[in-house]
Amino acid sequence: MLCDICGKNPATVHLTEIIDEQMNELHLCEDCARHKSAAMEQQFGLSDLLGSMANFEKPSSKEEEVVTIKCPSCGLTYADFKKIGRMGCGECFNVFRKYLAPLLKRIHGSNQHIGKNPAKTKAPTKLYKTKAGLQELKNQLQKAIQQEAFEEAARLRDKIKEMEAKKEKE
Amino acid sequence: MQINDLINHTSEWLKGTGPHSDVVISSRIRLARNLNKFPFPHWASKAQLNAVLEKSSQAMEKVELLKNSTLFVLANLDSIDRQFLVERHLMSIEHTQKTEQKAVLVNDEENIAVMINEEDHLRIQLMQSGFNLFEAWEIINGIDDALAKLLDYAYLADFGYLTACPTNTGTGMRGSVMLHLPALVMSRQIERVLAAIAKLSFTTRGLYGEGTQASGNFFQISNQVSLGHSETEIIENINGLIRRIIEQETQAREIMLTKRKEVLEDRINRSLGILKSARIITSQETIELLSMVRLGSDLGMVKDIDRRTINELFIITQPAHLQKLENVKLSSDQRDLKRAELIRKKLNLL
Repeated sequence: MLCDICGKNPATVHLTEIIDEQMNELHLCEDCARHKSAAMEQQFGLSDLLGSMANFEKPSSKEEEVVTIKCPSCGLTYADFKKIGRMGCGECFNVFRKYLAPLLKRIHGSNQHIGKNPAKTKAPTKLYKTKAGLQELKNQLQKAIQQEAFEEAARLRDKIKEMEAKKEKE
Repeated sequence: MQINDLINHTSEWLKGTGPHSDVVISSRIRLARNLNKFPFPHWASKAQLNAVLEKSSQAMEKVELLKNSTLFVLANLDSIDRQFLVERHLMSIEHTQKTEQKAVLVNDEENIAVMINEEDHLRIQLMQSGFNLFEAWEIINGIDDALAKLLDYAYLADFGYLTACPTNTGTGMRGSVMLHLPALVMSRQIERVLAAIAKLSFTTRGLYGEGTQASGNFFQISNQVSLGHSETEIIENINGLIRRIIEQETQAREIMLTKRKEVLEDRINRSLGILKSARIITSQETIELLSMVRLGSDLGMVKDIDRRTINELFIITQPAHLQKLENVKLSSDQRDLKRAELIRKKLNLL
């Protein structure tokens, strides 16, 4: 018997699924069964939270599209991600970019990487010396004020002053 | 190196040296990296995981900074050995579960550890004694650069390093500092400090990382945000916070010394007394009492026991370490007996 999903490998795992009182028998190969069970596994904690955040980001008009988008490289669907809270592979980030960008922004406060890059294996220029550093500090200051983290805000304000003074001297 | 060779060795980060080592036990940086074109470990087939294990271990063999290291394949270790590696902070508790195709590379100094096929393909960590995140970053950055030349990392210009969990995406970096804050706990200021830390989007964990409770006045503080800031900015942010916590702890210690010196001396010496004479002791009680003795040593009240000995005792009194030292499987009750015996030996010999 061949696997019901891929139709290529011999089925070694036999599953009974009950959906809406309909009983379904599935015969799967090891690889497909692993994917299936990972997709079915309900994990609580962080993955649940991420899943529900991902849900929150979903544009309502395109609900169907979101659930059925599938990564061509690893086979993970956005619905899988919502269940397990984990991406399937690097390519998933391209495939789900539209939905991931706002999610990353919610988690990190930004969706734009400014750290090191493996292609130029050199560390970014020293902190607080570039223009970007100053702008970044100003952004952080705004964030600290919004979060009422006033001690942090005062520290950032001093750093910005210090940097601007240095710039003027130069 | 064999796993049994580790037991008589003191990890680099346990030496009790480095900046602010009266308050800061250790500084740790970890980088999450994945290989392009391979599904993340939770989504990969056995064959794919094997390929990742092979590719990355071959690459690591070529890295100068990882020259004197040993690769431990977890499937070849028993549960005590795996627990032993967790107790030495060389890998996570998560890495002891479902061990197929998992491994950890450890260098001889035990300050570098690379977990393979944990949540991400590679979790590279570097531990330093004391308050030393920038030094840790410089070393780990070098290892990462060397690996990037040999491995094709999953990376996008806008999202940075891609990770299984979006909470690690970007730099893939987490910097953690392990703090010993007995005076803030005793003066009941710790709640306020922890609340402030959470507000600044940092996390506090216990001695053994994710999912563990703070105990014995030890707190591990790390960044939550990994995207939108450069690595050095993230470190600078953690450092700023840690500097303020060190200040507060130091201040609290000074106040206790001036206002409640006798009470403090009493608590520290009682703790030492119990450790030197107890016949049965749990690991939880050990950690709490050692914490007080460490404070005594930092304040100059306990003169004949150094920080390194105390740090070592924290590790070798843990369950798997005791069993490795005795070379037999011990029940919890047997461990409590052996633990007390080991501590008496170590402290009374001094």
